[in-house]
Amino acid sequence: MLSRVANSLYWMSRYIERADNTSRIVDVNLQLLLDHRNMSSQQFSEHWLPIIEATGDPAAFWKLKDVATAETVTDYLVFEPKNTNSLVSSISQARENARMVRDQLTVDIWEELNRLYLYLHSQKAREDWETSPFDFLHQVKSSSLTLQGLTDATIPHNEGWLFLQAGKFLERGDMTSRILDVRHGTLPERGVPATVSQVDALAWASVLHSCSAWDAYKSIHGAEVHPRLVAEFLLLSDNFPRSVKFCVERLNRSLRRISGVSEGRFCNDSEKLAGRLVAQLQFGTIDEVFQLLGLHQYIDALQIQLIDIGNALFNAYIFQPFQNLEAEILVQQEEQQQQGLQRSQAA
Amino acid sequence: MLSAYDPSGYFDEMSPQTGSFRKSYETFAQRFQQITRDDFDDRRRAVDTAFLRQGITFNVYGDSAGTEKIFPFDLMPRIISAKEWEYLERGLIQRITALNLFLHDIYHEQRILKDGVVPSYFVLSAKHFRREFVNFRVPKDIYIHICGSDLIRGGDGQWMVLEDNGRCPSGVSYVLENRRAMKRTFPAMFESVGVRPVDQYPQELLKMLQHIAPGGVADPTVVLLTPGAYNSAYFEHTYLAREMGIEIVEGRDLVVRNARVYMRTTKGLQPVHVIYRRVDDDFIDPTVFRRDSMLGVPGLVHAYRSGNVSLANSIGTGIADDKVMYYFVPKMIKYYLDQDPIIPNVPTYLASEDADRKYMLENLDKLVVKAANESGGYGMLMGPMSSVAEREAFRGAIEKDPRNYIGQPMINLSTHPTHVGGGRFEPRHIDFRPYILYGEKTVIIPGGLTRVALTKGSLVVNSSQGGGSKDTWVLYGDE
Repeated sequence: MLSRVANSLYWMSRYIERADNTSRIVDVNLQLLLDHRNMSSQQFSEHWLPIIEATGDPAAFWKLKDVATAETVTDYLVFEPKNTNSLVSSISQARENARMVRDQLTVDIWEELNRLYLYLHSQKAREDWETSPFDFLHQVKSSSLTLQGLTDATIPHNEGWLFLQAGKFLERGDMTSRILDVRHGTLPERGVPATVSQVDALAWASVLHSCSAWDAYKSIHGAEVHPRLVAEFLLLSDNFPRSVKFCVERLNRSLRRISGVSEGRFCNDSEKLAGRLVAQLQFGTIDEVFQLLGLHQYIDALQIQLIDIGNALFNAYIFQPFQNLEAEILVQQEEQQQQGLQRSQAA
Repeated sequence: MLSAYDPSGYFDEMSPQTGSFRKSYETFAQRFQQITRDDFDDRRRAVDTAFLRQGITFNVYGDSAGTEKIFPFDLMPRIISAKEWEYLERGLIQRITALNLFLHDIYHEQRILKDGVVPSYFVLSAKHFRREFVNFRVPKDIYIHICGSDLIRGGDGQWMVLEDNGRCPSGVSYVLENRRAMKRTFPAMFESVGVRPVDQYPQELLKMLQHIAPGGVADPTVVLLTPGAYNSAYFEHTYLAREMGIEIVEGRDLVVRNARVYMRTTKGLQPVHVIYRRVDDDFIDPTVFRRDSMLGVPGLVHAYRSGNVSLANSIGTGIADDKVMYYFVPKMIKYYLDQDPIIPNVPTYLASEDADRKYMLENLDKLVVKAANESGGYGMLMGPMSSVAEREAFRGAIEKDPRNYIGQPMINLSTHPTHVGGGRFEPRHIDFRPYILYGEKTVIIPGGLTRVALTKGSLVVNSSQGGGSKDTWVLYGDE
């Protein structure tokens, strides 16, 4: 498969997943605010700023907005074209990548993505957002689920599909870790808090909701929400499809299937790094996470590991060492000159 | 719906006069009369929706808002009888054979120049004559592998060649998509009318491309080189690549090492042997042609010259598209094949000839004036419809650079019944582009792109200027 095509598929998938997660975060936090009628602007800031931090660069936010209110933050996260991670930007970039590889996608996938893109840029999207942000976000989420279903059900599970999977699970694992990190302000730097206030419990519940993990969590731990249990669930669960461990395992599996190298052998660094992270999540305990580094530090390190896997994947399959046109022209001239020389010597 | 059709004076493909049909249209018309207006409207809407949904589109340059547009499709097919097609086929094969002999000649012995049949000056001054390729032997001696010559019919129904497209003729994907749409819309009609199929085109194209692979390569890798997703024909590029089952690549996907072409894949560099390129000569290799081209592949021409990769079409065919060379094609046919042209040219005046130029300048309001190296309806003066200012602009341009202008009488293109809304049909002017593949043998798919000027009275059929298209039915028989 062409490297450029693999790259476009990988990023298309990542951006769709990013948009999906962004819509979940915004959705849950808007709902959470409905429970707190009388927040001061200070409290508002405290609520929203960690979300900005989790999804991108706060400095970029302050360049565009003066205050952090529900309005400015959600606008930044959903519509802001200058925020490359905003929902609308993500879908635009997903579509742009899809356009480059339309021949690799089924008509259904292209049409659904195109429909979502056109909708997000329409007047109607703004109106829907004004009247009911929840309906609006629901539409985005269900479109993203449709795209995932179509990806699984309408295209062959070949190399291209594996790049789609790799992109999706890398992004999802990363987003889950970011969402889990949002409420680290309520935790001590190291160690697990003994008791949790009711307000904090609600905040941690919203973390679960943002990952669509509420029902799954509840079925194991009941309605008691404790950061230790939430972190354990979202980081280390074997079978919850948005947990970091689950995502990294799937990512690892895709990478191994792309190369086809047998178990225990490696043909590039992305496989080693992903394999090691799987082991870390497999054999690590949640108490270690809280005691040794503290959750925030642990997640920071985790995100760097994920970035490294992404970079290694890029280097192994996609990196094109001759991007620079001028340099490439020079190489050609040197080669041709050399061959000319050899010919004239032979003559 | 057709019985009241009024052909209004031009040569009409279907009806010499109201109520009568040419033989080739009789069966179709009979069947078509049985379709009710409501039924027709339903089917038309279904086709429009299908095209929209599938994104069968082209891009319009300089239009940042809605860059993807749908090519309007008219459901009333253009029908060509077996006898007529046999004539066209003979004429087109004759023409492409002569053009390929001409290209081989001017890049080698230049006999036709030495014998004074075509003045050397015209060839050597042609914008697309590639000096670098003189004495270079192209694979299998084929220059133009894929040709789309534009044909028209004048007031008396005589077929004429309007121009040759020997570089990257586009539009064949619409031929295939239009047919698909028509089969869904009028399935029963095909059987009763007896229409020859066109869907073998991608296989024939692939066969031709494999035929020109460098010697010694048993299982050649063929790719389609596209300028990218912003090119107006990108839809067609992806379509053809998918139908042929080959990779569609951009310049940046290819790399040349040791005069061999490779594509960059997730499994490393893989050799490429044949490139169906939809990138013009000028952009194909920044080390040889335009240095600022980001679409090309540095070193590609070197690999081509070394015989390690084949290109379709070959480099240097653009000269055959030069409208001054067009003037000489009948002479080429006579010179190389010792035959008279089967399909004539449109009468043409060369501005570089004193008598012709004088005539052109005196009759600008009656003639169509064309720049020698423009296409798509650009760089053209339609005399009878033009303003004084436009004519003066062309007068200046012709006097300044007579080499690059030709004049032709305004031809009233034949008309064809075309749906104009509300179940009504009116005559609209049409032209025709068949697609010719020149490989081991010459193959012309029985059909082609019939373009139609949807605006009443307009003679401009280009998609960029409000044209639409029709399916073209070549019959097994004559009626």
